[in-house]
Amino acid sequence: MNDVLLMLVSILDSTIRVSTPLILCAMAGVFSERSGIVDIGLEGKMLAGAFAAAATAAVTGSAWLGLGCAIIVSVGMALLHGFACITHRGNQVVSGLAINILASGLTVTLGIAWFAQGGQTPQLSGDARFAALEFPGAAAVADVPVIGAIYSELLSGHNLLVYLALLAVPLTWWVIFRSRFGLRLRAVGENPQAVDTAGISVAWLRYRAVMCAGILCGIAGTYLSTAQNAAFLKDMSAGKGYIALAALIFGKWHPKAALFACLLFGFLEALSVRLQGVQLPVIGEVPVQLMQALPYVLTVILLAGFIGKAIAPKAIGIPYNKER
Amino acid sequence: MKFQLLALSAAVAISASATAADLKPAVVFDMGGKFDKSFNEGVYNGVERFRKETGIKYKEFEVTNPAQREQAVRKMAQRKADPVISVGFAQASAVEKASKAYPDTRFTIIDMVVDQPNVQSVVFKEQEGSFLVGMLAAMKSESKVVSFVGGMDIPLIRRFNCGYVQGAKYAVSNAEVISNMTGTTPSAWNDPGKGGELAKSQFDRGSDVVFAAAGATGAGVYQAAKDAGKFAIGVDSNQNHLHPGTMLTSMTKQVDIAAYNSFKAAQDGSWKPGINVLGLAEGGVDWALDEHNKDLITPEMKAAVEQAKADIIAGKIVVHDYMADNTCPAMN
Repeated sequence: MNDVLLMLVSILDSTIRVSTPLILCAMAGVFSERSGIVDIGLEGKMLAGAFAAAATAAVTGSAWLGLGCAIIVSVGMALLHGFACITHRGNQVVSGLAINILASGLTVTLGIAWFAQGGQTPQLSGDARFAALEFPGAAAVADVPVIGAIYSELLSGHNLLVYLALLAVPLTWWVIFRSRFGLRLRAVGENPQAVDTAGISVAWLRYRAVMCAGILCGIAGTYLSTAQNAAFLKDMSAGKGYIALAALIFGKWHPKAALFACLLFGFLEALSVRLQGVQLPVIGEVPVQLMQALPYVLTVILLAGFIGKAIAPKAIGIPYNKER
Repeated sequence: MKFQLLALSAAVAISASATAADLKPAVVFDMGGKFDKSFNEGVYNGVERFRKETGIKYKEFEVTNPAQREQAVRKMAQRKADPVISVGFAQASAVEKASKAYPDTRFTIIDMVVDQPNVQSVVFKEQEGSFLVGMLAAMKSESKVVSFVGGMDIPLIRRFNCGYVQGAKYAVSNAEVISNMTGTTPSAWNDPGKGGELAKSQFDRGSDVVFAAAGATGAGVYQAAKDAGKFAIGVDSNQNHLHPGTMLTSMTKQVDIAAYNSFKAAQDGSWKPGINVLGLAEGGVDWALDEHNKDLITPEMKAAVEQAKADIIAGKIVVHDYMADNTCPAMN
């Protein structure tokens, strides 16, 4: 019994670590896409943020400066995306892809030029990383059955950015559904003409939305390079931005549902890591390939049958043209 | 360095064109990139040494997606580069095609066999080196549970895994080995996050020494070991310096010497096609002991490993090769 519990706690613990960048990126996607801007560029902004964070932290020795720099760089990329597809009404998918390619190439090139380690940054340690936070009393209650394990393993012992990601969800929900800015943001994603008629600038609203997305992607990138790992590595985002995008659609562009989609993807990933090479009762050892395919298979099944139709914001992907 | 002598003494078939003046060597690195601190970087160190010693520059290309391999290898041959070193098993089909299309160009492929008259194949007996680090892992482990993180799930990596298991069980007969692979696609060489997660899951299951044979993914494994206060074992290049105190040892493959020798032999005309198999006896694989890990290796551990090494060279211990029959009896 205790073994099963420990295994479960360890899987859930790993789920939280794996899901953190997905959650941050999905919330970024909520802001951007709810305002009508398709955001394929989540991946690129996260990668650029990861590089900026690791490079700054390596030079200054401060993870906080790294976080700040990552947010600035990521917002810069978001503004570039905005400039192309809000001001110049370019194709949003093409612009987003361009952001991804730019980030993938530029990070490595700058990395080679600055650190001469083939696009990697030096290894970070100490204050240059976000260390694990121990909740008060975590060690004391660790021996208490069930609750102790959950409190000391699952809830305590993550780094600050993990908690920040979990806080980002209610915050995003509040901003999108309860604030005036959020109401306008949703309106501009559904019917920009109406917003324009009411005398509110569509472009400025959308710019603010992509900037919010940039901030969140920057935090996600910082998590990758200074918290989860301890250096920037080439293409270290490894498709997480796209998975977050899938989670966003899966969650019907709603923060809460997207959170659960991210946690589900993270859980399946964690499960596939844990179950590799383990003898299961009845079934025996499951082949590695099957375990690794599981998240994708489940996504297809769930998307096909269980969540129903995912309806996008009406004006998504359409550049707003004031005069016709 | 028996192996160097081997390659140098094989001086036959001197090609008239191979003088220092017009030697145009080239390297095609694989997906990990030339600074992966591991396999590709070993090749890079070897060819850099050649460049510094001889002043002959080489062309290079870093493959960033699988579709580029064939194009890159052909392009080198087309631009009259000679010899061309292809790094990694994955370039085998590219080399095979290019070697047929450019029969006058000499190719060296590392880690795989391509049977063509103008191809030199350099392969290593990874199982022998892995056996030795497996012994060290089991002897160091307090829980008697050790683990392995592979990169892409391919027979070559299973060969590392199998040798490691055999070594661990040879040193400590009741040792348990947990083995995981990062993935089944080439991105498995470049996923430190997943590597770290795999290592953490192994630590949760009791492992306290982890061996990563996973290219750049290994960086995540070593970091996880460091964060958790466990031991890790490096691969291909000597990675002991990455985290002194955490890195127990490294299973080194002398890819640098293989790469260097290919260029050098081409320069002095002794380059020869065929298969070079480099094991412990030839100095092609080994375990690393230096100032970064000397405090972690006790004299008893060192003595046991050196004894096993001598026994393997003498043929008294036969390490099963996974790729010989695609099974690993020690893992059942």
